[in-house]
Amino acid sequence: MAVVTYRDALTQALREELQRDDRVFLMGEEVAQYNGAYKVSKGLLDEFGPMRIVDTPITELGFAGIGVGAAMVGLRPIVEFMTWNFALLAIDQVVNAAAKMLYMSGGQYKMPMVFRGPNGAALQLSAQHSQAWESWLAHIPGLKVLTPGTPADAKGLLKSAIRDDNPVVFLEGEMLYNTKGEVPDGEHIVPIGVAEVKREGSDCSIITHGKMVLVAMKVADELAKEGITLDVVDLRTIRPMDVEAIAASVQKTNRAVVVEEGWELCGVGAQVVDFIQRECFDDLDAPVIRVHQEDVPMPYAKNLERLAKPDAAKTLAAVKKVLYLD
Amino acid sequence: MSTGAKRAPERKSKNEPEKDGAANGENPAANADDTETKAPMRDTTGTDAELRKELLRSMLVQRRFEERCAEAYALGKIGGFCHLYIGQEAISTGVMSMLRPDDYVITAYRDHGQALARGVSPRAIMAELFGKSDGCSGGKGGSMHLFDKATNFLGGHGIVGGHVPVAAGVAFAIKYRRRNQVCVCFFGEAAVNIGAFHETLNMASLWDLPAIFIIENNRYGMGTSISRSTANEDVVVRAKGYRMIGESVDGQDVFAVRECMARATERARKEKRPTLIEMRTYRFMGHSMSDAVSGTYRTKDELEENMKRDPILLLHNLIHEAGELTEGELHKIDDDAKAVAQDAWDFADASPEPAAEELYTDILVDTTS
Repeated sequence: MAVVTYRDALTQALREELQRDDRVFLMGEEVAQYNGAYKVSKGLLDEFGPMRIVDTPITELGFAGIGVGAAMVGLRPIVEFMTWNFALLAIDQVVNAAAKMLYMSGGQYKMPMVFRGPNGAALQLSAQHSQAWESWLAHIPGLKVLTPGTPADAKGLLKSAIRDDNPVVFLEGEMLYNTKGEVPDGEHIVPIGVAEVKREGSDCSIITHGKMVLVAMKVADELAKEGITLDVVDLRTIRPMDVEAIAASVQKTNRAVVVEEGWELCGVGAQVVDFIQRECFDDLDAPVIRVHQEDVPMPYAKNLERLAKPDAAKTLAAVKKVLYLD
Repeated sequence: MSTGAKRAPERKSKNEPEKDGAANGENPAANADDTETKAPMRDTTGTDAELRKELLRSMLVQRRFEERCAEAYALGKIGGFCHLYIGQEAISTGVMSMLRPDDYVITAYRDHGQALARGVSPRAIMAELFGKSDGCSGGKGGSMHLFDKATNFLGGHGIVGGHVPVAAGVAFAIKYRRRNQVCVCFFGEAAVNIGAFHETLNMASLWDLPAIFIIENNRYGMGTSISRSTANEDVVVRAKGYRMIGESVDGQDVFAVRECMARATERARKEKRPTLIEMRTYRFMGHSMSDAVSGTYRTKDELEENMKRDPILLLHNLIHEAGELTEGELHKIDDDAKAVAQDAWDFADASPEPAAEELYTDILVDTTS
């Protein structure tokens, strides 16, 4: 197994799928000549040419709609948003067009397309550039929503997303592009809708996704020193959510902390806790606690930003609380 | 079947944006109106009596069908929003008569007329309006979302301007596959103030996409007149900003519509260039079934004045005056159109409601590629 960055894992997935199916094309701002704002599409223009690696004007709504139209008649577009914050300008195409076309046409027009780009906060980018959108997007029937947290999942899930005949929202982590991890050699596919237990443990479950998987693993390492073992469940897919995996973990540990990058109210964690109370009511030894961004727009100042974000310290404190060790 | 040798000199100047009257700050629409009122519906070049009869038949089917829609709405057989096309039929009929079966059509929510003119089954359309399982969208779309893959009818879309970039995406796919089809996109004049319209025109021109954007200018976006919504009422001048050919035609004259479409389709197929066309028209009904015919935003006089240029009446009179069809033959066309509407109604009435299991189908497909 090769150790590669999250970024290179994504590039591998794009290259392999572009080679595999000539209906697949990539479009977005700076994806071609510039090699991608985050270099995810590096080298692809040279290999596949300008009809398949398409630089667009700064016009999110317009090119998202072009993706929708192309998908309606059988191409397989990958629409890159420079960040999901900019995708808000295109949300009509994601929500009202891509997610609804199959249903409102009575099953006549499927939408084989991927909307992808970085999601969530980086460092000191302040309020408009530091938001995690998965709870918004997961709310919509007709979409699949993926949040890979590791290079292996980034590659395997992106390949699955491109091959899927439905509109898939693919949320990358801006802070994850440089992270490294083992990626299986050869054809590597991760199924959509299947969570993975990233660390086995018996004292408490951490249920999380995306960038916060790394935080959870760090906390698991930390607590292992104290003899506390955590079961880290990486959802990987937010819609459809792997409820069985959540239940299996909580039934084993009887305690859970749910960690996410986004805000508290109506967040992904709220849904996870709802599943837990329905599926595991008799298994719980303590109330489930959620860790999330503070209920504020992201501030710029370093100290305030640190206070606003969910992190290892907050997660560790939450675990201790559900273990009644605080 | 191309029309228009007679108008060639006039057409030439419109083909060149530099010489477009609109570009000089004039309103070619206003000038054209004068001429056309004096001599309406005379340029039938390239059409024969049989075709003219077919055009009349197509328009009458839409008219009679939608009159029954209004009736069904009053009876509660049709629910939700229902936007009638009555008064604008020369556009749908004229445009569709110039397309090939493998071309694509996409439109907004006032979509009954276009679906009928494109050849979607009247039965399937009425069943859709009645919310029945035999509807062209399985009863899941309703009036605003008529879809029919068999005729490349890519839908009725309910967000003003939202489908305009989708049309460009279809045209992008045509280019990607190196085909010579076109994608025609209909929308109202109010959509020209939506960002998606501008984003799309820019990319369609920048990338040489074979799309034809048709503004059906019926002068009211719901109840707001174009003079109250749009800084420059000469909407087709917006083509100029995107280095695109723009034309303005009398949308009540089916022959003018066809002639303009002949140029636009040729431009798309041969030159791979998009076109923006304003088709000036008027809707004879309210915005939807929930508002009165004239409403508070336009006068009865204005409505009556415009109804004198009913596109069906104009074509009917032309055929009649030319002695091409007898009064009896004209009645027969109308009776047949009424029969189509009645048959659609009966079919829709008899069609079952969608099964309860259909609630959870067509959200996602199970397939991968």
